[in-house]
Amino acid sequence: MSCRVGVVRFPGTNCEFDTVDAIHSLGGEAEVLWHGDSSLKNVDAVVIPGGFAHGDYLRCGAIAKFSPIMESINSFAKEGGPVLGICNGFQVLTEAELLPGALQKNAGMKFLCSMQRIDFVSTSNVLGRHAKAGDRLRIPINHFEGNYVCSPEVLNQLEEENRVVFRYVDNPNGSIADIAGICNAEGNVVGMMPHPERATSPLLGSTDGTTLIQSLLIA
Amino acid sequence: MSPAPEDASVHRALGLSDDEYQRIHGLLDRHPNHLELAMYSVMWSEHCSYKSSKIHLKRLPTEAPWVLVGPGENAGVIDVGDDIAVAIRIESHNHPSAIEPYQGAATGVGGILRDIFTMGARPIAVMDPLRFGPLDDPRSRWIAEGVVSGVSGYGNSVGVPTVGGEIVFDETYKGNPLVNVLAMGVLPSERLVLGQASGIGNLAVLLGASTGRDGIGGVSVLASAGFGESSEDADKRPSVQVGDPFEEKRLLEACLELLDEGLVTGIQDLGGAGITCATSETASRGGAGMDVDVTAIHAREENMEPVELMTSESQERMLAIVEPKDLTRVIEISSRWEIEASVIGRVTDNGQLRVLNGFDGEVLASLPASTLHDDAPEYDRPLAPPRDLTERRSKDASQGSADCVNDLLSLLRDPAWVYSQYDHQLFLNTVVGPGNDGTLLRLRHPRTGEETGRGIALSTDGNHRWCHVDPRQGTAMIVAEAVMNIACVGAYPLAVVNCLNFGNPEHPEVMWQLSEAVDGMTEACIAFNAPVVGGNVSLYNETNAVDIAPTPVVGVIGMHPSLSVPPPVIGLPTDASLLVLGQVPEADVSMAGTQWAWEIGGCKDGTLPTFDLAQAVRTAAFIADAVQRQRLVAVHDVGEGGLAVAAAEMAIDSGVGAQINYHNDHISMFNESGGRVLAVVQDELLDAFMTDASEHEVPVREIGRTGGSSLTFGAEITVPLNDLENACRNELPEALGRGTISA
Repeated sequence: MSCRVGVVRFPGTNCEFDTVDAIHSLGGEAEVLWHGDSSLKNVDAVVIPGGFAHGDYLRCGAIAKFSPIMESINSFAKEGGPVLGICNGFQVLTEAELLPGALQKNAGMKFLCSMQRIDFVSTSNVLGRHAKAGDRLRIPINHFEGNYVCSPEVLNQLEEENRVVFRYVDNPNGSIADIAGICNAEGNVVGMMPHPERATSPLLGSTDGTTLIQSLLIA
Repeated sequence: MSPAPEDASVHRALGLSDDEYQRIHGLLDRHPNHLELAMYSVMWSEHCSYKSSKIHLKRLPTEAPWVLVGPGENAGVIDVGDDIAVAIRIESHNHPSAIEPYQGAATGVGGILRDIFTMGARPIAVMDPLRFGPLDDPRSRWIAEGVVSGVSGYGNSVGVPTVGGEIVFDETYKGNPLVNVLAMGVLPSERLVLGQASGIGNLAVLLGASTGRDGIGGVSVLASAGFGESSEDADKRPSVQVGDPFEEKRLLEACLELLDEGLVTGIQDLGGAGITCATSETASRGGAGMDVDVTAIHAREENMEPVELMTSESQERMLAIVEPKDLTRVIEISSRWEIEASVIGRVTDNGQLRVLNGFDGEVLASLPASTLHDDAPEYDRPLAPPRDLTERRSKDASQGSADCVNDLLSLLRDPAWVYSQYDHQLFLNTVVGPGNDGTLLRLRHPRTGEETGRGIALSTDGNHRWCHVDPRQGTAMIVAEAVMNIACVGAYPLAVVNCLNFGNPEHPEVMWQLSEAVDGMTEACIAFNAPVVGGNVSLYNETNAVDIAPTPVVGVIGMHPSLSVPPPVIGLPTDASLLVLGQVPEADVSMAGTQWAWEIGGCKDGTLPTFDLAQAVRTAAFIADAVQRQRLVAVHDVGEGGLAVAAAEMAIDSGVGAQINYHNDHISMFNESGGRVLAVVQDELLDAFMTDASEHEVPVREIGRTGGSSLTFGAEITVPLNDLENACRNELPEALGRGTISA
């Protein structure tokens, strides 16, 4: 059975169609969900893609969390529905408190777009079905605010509960504990700064993102 | 209407000459009032009217069967098959960026994107050729850092990838940087729209940001005059507009939806000269007139004067021509995207552009719409080569003390510091991104996203050193270089856009440079069968009456007909033959115009090396074909810094060295004789490749073998890869601030 994935579009989102294309290329179905609607249209999984929701004004994700769709995503996530936040989507998920911590400006105070090596640290989440812990992936990053921070207590908890999903091999942005992605306690909500949809074709230099999106498609 | 201005100081302050005032008087058969005068002053500015350059631009070749829209519209459009058209344009935002680097560059990006979606195309790529003063000058570093941040801040947020460009530092741009921006978009061929107003009674709807007092006189005060005292220049800061990429993003999506639903009969962006330009251009293109109600314009602040509303260059605005029956739907779509929409005008049949205080109110201005464009003055300004041209050309640029190892290290520069700040991957098209010869994007259908199995290649190139020595041949050489760059990613050229950055057109030498450059471009474009489909002229690039070195910049767009695997890399493989293809330089080839001569030897003059354009055409076609047929393992264009720099870049890219047999003096290492590439072919295919090349009359020489951890030239010169890498990668981060925490 093919999986229908809802891809959320806020004003200012810009990776929605790339995400849709990547899902299509892997045999999934995708539905663009408008931020102002509250219906998730019975999708099986939700992706909040990258971009600049509401221009990133005030603070990345700070306005997006008030969009009507977020209330539905919140309930969907609480019921165990798979939710992936990519880049700006990760920022939105932390603002919406579906994931702990926050993403602040890169330590180098510059926007960074580059290929990164990341390690798949924990596979006990919706992205890990086709992977094993320790897999090393090449997936690009593209962000100004990707520097993950959280309290020592939260970090402790993330580590103990095996909720650090990805770590950078060469930390590009100053993230605490080299964190590139985390999940919630149940493993159904994942946030990551790298863009798996940008690593889905040999023509684009990497196909390492496909296992992640495929995993979501059978979730 | 208000009374006519009484003294000449009024039109002079607006940048109009006394002759131009008389011309307006003649056209109207009366004295213009202040508002009318202001409207003529912005539309007849150098920036909007091309009054000094038009006479020369007419010589450029502009036609080919695949050209759908040539110069003169908002963007050039070419047919690329499969019912897909590509819109492309290049522009400068030099003067705003000199005054206010971040906003100057940001609004440069915003402005050109609107030019692309005005044609019905979704912008999918930006390129930014940038030129600044030297890195050891603090102000130039401040400008460079601000401009790159501005392109990054606006381009990333508006959601269009910046996929390539150039970065050059030279004394000539101290005080007057060059910030050029190229944008490209794709559209379903049938959606092509032109910026024209037709259909009497149709409505002109102003979409997007409110109109404020920013950017008033941008085209006249700022873009059409040089720089002098810094205190005066600081006064120009209010003429720079402020950009809002989020507004632009919503405006873009809203406009594309309007176009998709067929709700507009014409659409026009608001750039230089604001509402005056948009209303008069759409009206005169459509052979119509327009009534504009200034009270209907949604304004940012209260009590704005009509003249301010009509000439403001506030960003993120579009003018859509809409049939009355579609207005409700237009407003619906606009409000979904949180875009303001106001009906500010009506298309009329009398050819007049009338500015009204309320549609039934007082007439504030009334002038024939076409006179703002078609009747703009056209100058055949005096031109003359420099008086000492013969003496300059007799100089020997190879003199100066050469230390080949250190010279090589000083000529290397990795632009990664710049492009890592740009999103260059959005839309999943970037097969070859910035930091390479040409950029290569997958061509997918704009409506369905379906792959066509083909690619679009882009390259922007300029070289002020070559053009200073010889603007005609130098310009032909930059066209050839751009074509060679896209050949390295497997593409043949389709069209050219140009951004002609020159000094003060009132200096005869500058006009001579411009004229020569146009002739050189014409020769090269004809040879490569790549017509010019659009361009921009930026004049008055001068500081304290010193003109910049002539800097025409070209953007070449090309087609890769069968894109199934990525093209060869730049990096060297181990244990293979290194070949140089293309024109063979004379033994005592001239060093004039080389980076070595300018930056190390200290000579800026001389005579350029002989350039064989026909040979460059053959070489480029042969390379593109070899790349398409996957016969090359690695390939890299030879440009600035010559063979040695090209070989070093290849070595750095993969961490594999090379032993180059006979190039061991500064002339053979650093000469910039045009039309050459370095390439690597698998050993077992080498003989067949050589035979094929000779049949196509492309000279090939084997100059060395790859491998090892250093680059050697002859027996004496050895440079460890580590040294090359450090010199290359550290320069920009050290000068401009590191963008990462690593190292």
